[in-house]
Amino acid sequence: MKADDPQYVSILSMNDQGPAPEAAIVRDIIKHGSIVAPILIGLSAVFWGVNGAWSGAYGVVLVLGNFAVAAWMVSYTARISYALMMGATLFGYIFRLAVIAAAVFFVRNATWVELVPLCMTIVISHVGLLFWEMRYISLSLAFPGLKPKHVASPTVQDSTSN
Amino acid sequence: MEALTRIAHASIRVAAELTPAEAKANAAAQMAGLAYGLAAIGPGIGIGMIFGKAIEAMARQPESAGMVRTTMFLGVAFTEALALIGFVAFILLKFA
Repeated sequence: MKADDPQYVSILSMNDQGPAPEAAIVRDIIKHGSIVAPILIGLSAVFWGVNGAWSGAYGVVLVLGNFAVAAWMVSYTARISYALMMGATLFGYIFRLAVIAAAVFFVRNATWVELVPLCMTIVISHVGLLFWEMRYISLSLAFPGLKPKHVASPTVQDSTSN
Repeated sequence: MEALTRIAHASIRVAAELTPAEAKANAAAQMAGLAYGLAAIGPGIGIGMIFGKAIEAMARQPESAGMVRTTMFLGVAFTEALALIGFVAFILLKFA
């Protein structure tokens, strides 16, 4: 029987006690987000006025919060078990979508909300920040020597240290 | 089955009492919700596949777990973007 075999290690019991690369990714994303946010808020203010600026800021906060919660869930559950990480991420996906939906629904009739800049900011900042981060990650993975020095990046160095 | 039939009959009765404009708005709301639900199915499947493969990779090569988790997290975030786009389309079509 497999369970009696000392060589057999169940995936249910495997975990990762090493450094969490998700935390480093999200730190980078938040750093980039703080650069991008004034631009997005400024553009929203130009086209939709003060309400557009508030909506843009709310959208950026939602996106960065979503990244932070996702990273926390993955890194926290990976220390317990990979199986829990998978479960937490799949249910976390539904949970986070529901939270974003609720966050938009609750404010949709507020006087300071413009839906168009809010929605555009959510999509543009989410995808844009990911592409920006992917540039560093892919460079670091493909050419470790070209890794940008100012990024505390979850890269090959982290993976080999695990 | 009987309960479903009762619900269907009740829906038809309600729909028959609506004005054309209300019926159109009602149908639009139902379709927007359905579209958002459909938009969330694909990313759900995608995230499941990404995590399944990542866990398989980490089980085979625990020493590469950091690299696998890095690419996995980015892949999941990109896949989630599809669901967010579906949500945004729903919000804009329904409320904007």
